[in-house]
Amino acid sequence: MEKTTNISPIIEIKDLKKSFINNHVLNGFSMQLNKGESLVIMGKSGSGKSVMIRCLIGLMQPDSGIVKIMNKNIVNLERNDLDNLRTEIGFLFQGSALYDSMTVRENLEFPLRKKKLSAKEKETLVSDALESVGLPETVNLIPNELSGGMKRRVALARAIILKPKIIIYDEPTTGLDPITSKEITQLMKEIQLKYGTSSLVITHDIDCARVISDRMILLIDGINYKEGTFKELSSSNDKRIQAFFK
Amino acid sequence: MKPFQFYNKIKNFFIEIGELAYFAGRFFKEFFTRPFEFKELLRQCYTMGNRSLILVGVTGFILGLVFSLQTRPTLMKFGAESWMPSMVSISIIRELGPVIFALICAGKISSGIGAELGSMRVTEQIDAMEVSGTNPFKYLVVTRILAATLMLPLLIIFGDAIALFGSALVENLRGDVSFQLYFIKVFKALHFSDIIPATVKSFFFGFAIGLVGCFKGYNCEKGTVGVGEASNSAVVYTSMLLFIIDFIAVFVSDILFEI
Ligand SMILES: Nc1ncnc2c1ncn2[C@@H]1O[C@H](COP(=O)(O)OP(=O)(O)OP(=O)(O)O)[C@@H](O)[C@H]1O
Ligand SMILES: [Mg+2]
Repeated sequence: MEKTTNISPIIEIKDLKKSFINNHVLNGFSMQLNKGESLVIMGKSGSGKSVMIRCLIGLMQPDSGIVKIMNKNIVNLERNDLDNLRTEIGFLFQGSALYDSMTVRENLEFPLRKKKLSAKEKETLVSDALESVGLPETVNLIPNELSGGMKRRVALARAIILKPKIIIYDEPTTGLDPITSKEITQLMKEIQLKYGTSSLVITHDIDCARVISDRMILLIDGINYKEGTFKELSSSNDKRIQAFFK
Repeated sequence: MKPFQFYNKIKNFFIEIGELAYFAGRFFKEFFTRPFEFKELLRQCYTMGNRSLILVGVTGFILGLVFSLQTRPTLMKFGAESWMPSMVSISIIRELGPVIFALICAGKISSGIGAELGSMRVTEQIDAMEVSGTNPFKYLVVTRILAATLMLPLLIIFGDAIALFGSALVENLRGDVSFQLYFIKVFKALHFSDIIPATVKSFFFGFAIGLVGCFKGYNCEKGTVGVGEASNSAVVYTSMLLFIIDFIAVFVSDILFEI
């Protein structure tokens, strides 16, 4: 199945550069995410994956390069337009990033603040999202009362509550035991099927990559070193690529 | 210390002051743009007031007690005990009360904000807000600075009242002055030129407490170590700033009210 060129990319990054003083993290990284696709990006720790998605979502200003989401260049977007665009994107942070001082319900309702919804509609959305991640009974707990895996799930519920077109996962399975990792991976797959989202997944987890990915990109030396399906990359002869699949 | 290091320290200090001023400017800019986070403001006012109330109350009571107990013998030597109420009330309301309660609140509120926002920064909660379409500066910083600015005067007035009560208690037990007489004397001695500068000053104290706490917390770096640093330096800088503001306030009110 060859990807045709007329498929419109929902995210497009071209020649992205970013450095911190003397630390050149990204040296011209390019990628595109097509509609409905799951793209996995792998790279060593510290290779700049988080920096890349921070530039993508506008949390960091890139030094140069083009970042387009749904055909809008986000680098010079007005605050309001950027906020509107962000409601189309779900973001799962590396450390879950749940608001400590709020209950699970308030955490999930937070992204809904801008939308004019009745209490009942909110309640439905919250319970739907929690249902999807399999934690309906946690709604009145605070994050400190949850385990790491549960936090990750609640964070996932928060990311999907607005039924976003794109979900970005920053290392969704890191720091979890293998069984919980599998469950989270399964959950990501289910959500993808249920909502038809496009996903951008950053991960070191080979099992997760195998299950999730339609296509993969290896980020090495700040550039998109190699691109291909899981099969293609895992059977590559390049030593630097093999290192990921040991 | 090598001269070069010293130079760098001074330079960093001024850079920090510049950044603080920029942060304050941003506060005013965002304060005047819609939408306003009213609910969060109320919540912050409630938490700040609620958390500091007992602390300020206890400190105030002891302040009143100690101050009266120690002044009494001196005044007695001159046979001027009847001046006690006016002397104590003027010193507490004009100067001691605002400064001491503001310092207490710097320790409680400013460091609390520094630690809270700092940990929100390092655990990416602030980024998460940003990503979910809420301006975190508005939601977290503007509300907190405003809440501190509004609550500090209230806390100080409350503390002053308790301090006067403590002092009245001493007079009542030691000097047989009835509470009624004590407070009649207090209100006779106090003028608006005592109360207004003190109250205006306390708004600025509140602003400083909120501003520095938020500044340190919001710009926190370097992981969990940074959180401790943020909360610690919030208290130190705030306390310093409080004395500077106090100096300016006394200077200005001296000119305005010429006493
Ligand atoms: N705000 C910053 N200031 C300075 N340097 C930074 C900053 N953020 C990231 N870096 C540097 O950028 C590099 C890449 O960091 P990044 O967090 O993107 O790594 P990563 O690929 O996500 O790693 P991990 O898999 O461990 O999350 C690191 O060397 C880091 O020191
Ligand atoms: Mg990372």
